[in-house]
Amino acid sequence: MSSEASQTAPSDSAGPQPSPELRQRIDAASAALDAHVREIVRWHFDPDTGTPFWLDYAKDLDFDPRVEIETFADLARFPLFEDDNLRGGPVRRWVPKAYADKPIYVFETGGTTGTPKSRIAIDDFRIDYEMFSDTLPDDKFPPGCNWLMLGPSGPRRLRLAVEHLCQHRGGICFCVDLDPRWVIKLIKKGWNEHLEAYKKHVIDQAITILRAGHDVQAVFATPKLLESLCLALEEEGTTLAEMGIKGIFSGGTEFTPQWTRFAVEELLDGVYMTPTYGNTLMGLAASKPVTAEDGYKITYYAPQPRAVLQVVDPDDHTRVVGYGETGRVKLTTLTREFFVPGFLERDEAERELPYEKYPWDGVSGVRPFSRFAATTTVGVY
Amino acid sequence: MIEIPALRWGKPYESLEKDTVVHFETGEELAKVSLANPGIIARDMKKASAARAALRQVPTADLLEMVKQAGKLYMEAELPLGDGTQTPDDFVRYQSATTGLPEHMCRSNMEKNRFVLENMAEVLDALTRGLDLAILGRGHGVEERGVPVSYQAQAPVLGLVLPSNSPGVHTLWLPVIPLQVGLVFKPGPQEPWTPFRMTEAFAAAGVPREAISIYPGGPEAGAAVLQNCERSLIFGGLPTVEQYRNDPRVQAHGPGFSKILLGDDCVDDWERYLDIMVLSVLGNSGRGCINCSGIWASRHTEEIAEALAARLADVGPRPATDPESPLAAFTVPGMAKAVDGMLEKQLEAPGVEDVTRRLRDGRPRLEERERCDFLWPTIVHCESTEPEVANAEYMFPFASVVRCPQEKMISEIGYTLVCSAVTADEAFRRDLLDATNIDRLNLGPVPTVQLNWLQPHEGNIIDFLYRARAFQEGSFG
Repeated sequence: MSSEASQTAPSDSAGPQPSPELRQRIDAASAALDAHVREIVRWHFDPDTGTPFWLDYAKDLDFDPRVEIETFADLARFPLFEDDNLRGGPVRRWVPKAYADKPIYVFETGGTTGTPKSRIAIDDFRIDYEMFSDTLPDDKFPPGCNWLMLGPSGPRRLRLAVEHLCQHRGGICFCVDLDPRWVIKLIKKGWNEHLEAYKKHVIDQAITILRAGHDVQAVFATPKLLESLCLALEEEGTTLAEMGIKGIFSGGTEFTPQWTRFAVEELLDGVYMTPTYGNTLMGLAASKPVTAEDGYKITYYAPQPRAVLQVVDPDDHTRVVGYGETGRVKLTTLTREFFVPGFLERDEAERELPYEKYPWDGVSGVRPFSRFAATTTVGVY
Repeated sequence: MIEIPALRWGKPYESLEKDTVVHFETGEELAKVSLANPGIIARDMKKASAARAALRQVPTADLLEMVKQAGKLYMEAELPLGDGTQTPDDFVRYQSATTGLPEHMCRSNMEKNRFVLENMAEVLDALTRGLDLAILGRGHGVEERGVPVSYQAQAPVLGLVLPSNSPGVHTLWLPVIPLQVGLVFKPGPQEPWTPFRMTEAFAAAGVPREAISIYPGGPEAGAAVLQNCERSLIFGGLPTVEQYRNDPRVQAHGPGFSKILLGDDCVDDWERYLDIMVLSVLGNSGRGCINCSGIWASRHTEEIAEALAARLADVGPRPATDPESPLAAFTVPGMAKAVDGMLEKQLEAPGVEDVTRRLRDGRPRLEERERCDFLWPTIVHCESTEPEVANAEYMFPFASVVRCPQEKMISEIGYTLVCSAVTADEAFRRDLLDATNIDRLNLGPVPTVQLNWLQPHEGNIIDFLYRARAFQEGSFG
C-alpha cells in the first residue's frame, strides 16, 4: 500500500475511504497546496523577489522551476535538501531579495559542537504561532491570561514564538531560559551534579514566577521540563492546577504515548495539555486531541500549505508509505521567507489519514529515526 | 508469551511501551516487558522511605528466615511471573536463551544465589563483624563488649542498574533486604528474569511487596534510578566506572582486570599451577570481573602461554543445553565483532603474539552465526608490560601472559579486583598486602574465580548503606 509522492489525497485503493464530504475537503486542500507551491516556487526563483541561494542553485538545474513546478508532486524533481547548506554563511543568501530591507531574525538549531544550522525569519514564526493559536481552546488558554514560557531561548526561535503566541492572545509572557547546548555538554562530560543543579536552577525560577501573583494561567514547557516542574511542585505539596494553570502547550522534544499517559494520569492534576511537533525549519504541527481511549496516540498535522510532512520509504524518499506504515519523516517548507523542497528529518513515524479538521496526511509515533538513534542525543531539555 | 509488568513498590504497572525479549537462537518471543519512563521512577522514589518503613515492621530475625525460605523457593518453586508462572527449569532456559550463557552456568549461578540466601545470617555476621542486626534497625545499641554504637542508614532503598550479560552479579545485593533497606531494580534488557523471580520468592516468603520496585527500561531509566536513589550499584564498562568514580552515592562495578601473579620463588614450578590458570580464565565463560585476564611472571612466560593456549585453543561452542558447554554466546548483534576488532588492533603492537591463533592454525577467534556469535578463547603473550593488551579485559575467555620483573609487578598491574599471588616470599606477600590497587587478595594458589561469601566484594555493602556515628543519650532523672 503506497503512493508516489501523494500527499493530500489518500487514493490508496486498499486503504479506508473518506466520506464524500471529507473527500471534497481533501481535494480542496490538495488543490490549494498545488497553487501555493506554484506561488512559492515562482517567488523564490524570480530574479526580482527570489532568494540568492535558490537563484544560484537554479543555475545547475536542468529545468526551470518557475515553469516546470506546477504541483506539490513536481517538487520531487528537486534533489533532497541537504541541511548542511544551512551551516555557515553568508546568512544573507537566504534572505529573499524582496525582503532585503526588512528586519531579519536568524534562528539556530543544533550547534552543541560545530557550526549550527541557521534559518532566517521575518514574520514566519508569528504567522505559524498565530495559526496555532486558532487551534487552542479558549477555556484552557483564556484570552488575556499571562503565560510562562519554560524552555530554550538564546539563538532559538521558541522563546520569541511562544511570547508572540501569548501576546497574540492578549497576555504577557514570563520567560525562563534553559541552554540545551550546555545541558548536552554536562551530559557528555558526566557532570551529573552540575546537570541536576542547573535543572533545579531553571525549575526554581519557574516556581518563583508561578508563586508571584502574576495571573499565569497557561504554560509552554518541553516535556522534560514540564515533568520536572510538576515533580518539584508535588514535592512542595501542590500541583499546576492548584497554581492556577489551565492549559499547557508542550513540545520541542519527543513525545511518547507512555509519557503522555504518565503526565495525564500522574502529573497534570487535570490540566489540559496539547502536544506539538515542530522545529526551526518547519514551524509548528498541532496534534489531534490525545485520549486514553486511543491509547494516548499522538498524531500531528503540519500547517499546510506552509509546510508539508510526509512519511517516506527510508530507502526511497520519493515513495510515500501506506497509511499506518512506518517511514522516515520528510519535510517541505513553503513560505515566502523560506523554501525547503524535501528534507529528510532525523525522525521516523507512521503515516496517518486526513480528518475533518486537517484534511491532509498526518504523522504519528514520531521518534528518532531508528538507523540514527544509537548516535543521537535527543530530548535533553 | 508472558506479559511482565513493571513493579512500582510491589504493584504491577503495564506500560504503553514494551520490550520483546527473544530467544537468541530461535527468535522465539519469550516475554513482553513493560518499560518504565524516567518520570515514573523519579515520582516513585519520593515515597522510597515507605519501603524501608515496611521492612522495619518486620524483625530482622524474621527477615533472615524469610530470605532463607526465599532461597529455597527461588531454587525449587514454580513462582508467579507476570501473567504466568515460571518453574526453575523455565528460569534456566529463559536466562540462557537471552543472555547466551550455557544452561549449566545459569544453574550454577542459581546455586550461588541460593547459597548466599540460605547462609545469610552467617554472611551478614561476617560483613558486620558480628554486629547484632537489630542495632541497624533501631539505629543504636550496645555491642556485646559493652561499647555503645550507632549506625545510620544512608538511604531507604538501594538502586541497582544491572547488566544483561552477567547473571553472577546478583549475590551482591541479596543481603540488602534483611538489612531493612528496600530494592529498586533497573534490570538488564536481556536479563529481567532474576529480579522478577527473586522478588516473587521474597514475597512468597513473606517479605513486604512494597519494599521492592522493578523498572525495566533503557539507559534513561538507569540514569533515573541513579539520580533518584541515595545509594546505587551500577554495572558497566570502564567509562561507566570513570563517570561515577567520585560520586559517593554510586558504587560502580566494571571490569576487574583480575590477575594471577607468579612470584620468582614459584615460577619455575609454573606447570603445577596450570589448572588454576585454566579455571580462572575459562570459568563462567570468562564473563565475570573475577575471571583472570592477566598472568604475570618474570620468566617462563612463553612456555606458560603455550601450555595455557594448548589447553584452551580447541575449546569451542557447544549447544547451550550441553552440560559441558564452555562458551557463552554473544547475543547482542555486532558486539562480538566489535570486541574482536578491538582486540585485533591491540595485537598489532610489537612484542605481542596471539598464541591460540597459531595453535588453531590461524582460524579466526570470531565465529559468526545467524542469530548469535562466539569468540573462541584467546591467550596472548606479551614480552613486556607496555602493550595495551597486557592489561586488557574482555567478556570471553581471554588472558595475556605478561613478562614482568617481580619488583615491578605491583606498580605495573594497575587496578586489580582479584589478585591471586602464587608466592611464599614474605617480603613480596607483605608488599601485596599493602598494595592499595588490589581489592581482593588471594595468597597462594587460589583460582581468581573462587569466592568466599563471608568476605566483602569491591567494598563492603554494609559500609555503603550504613554510616557509623557517635550517639549518646542522657537521662532525665
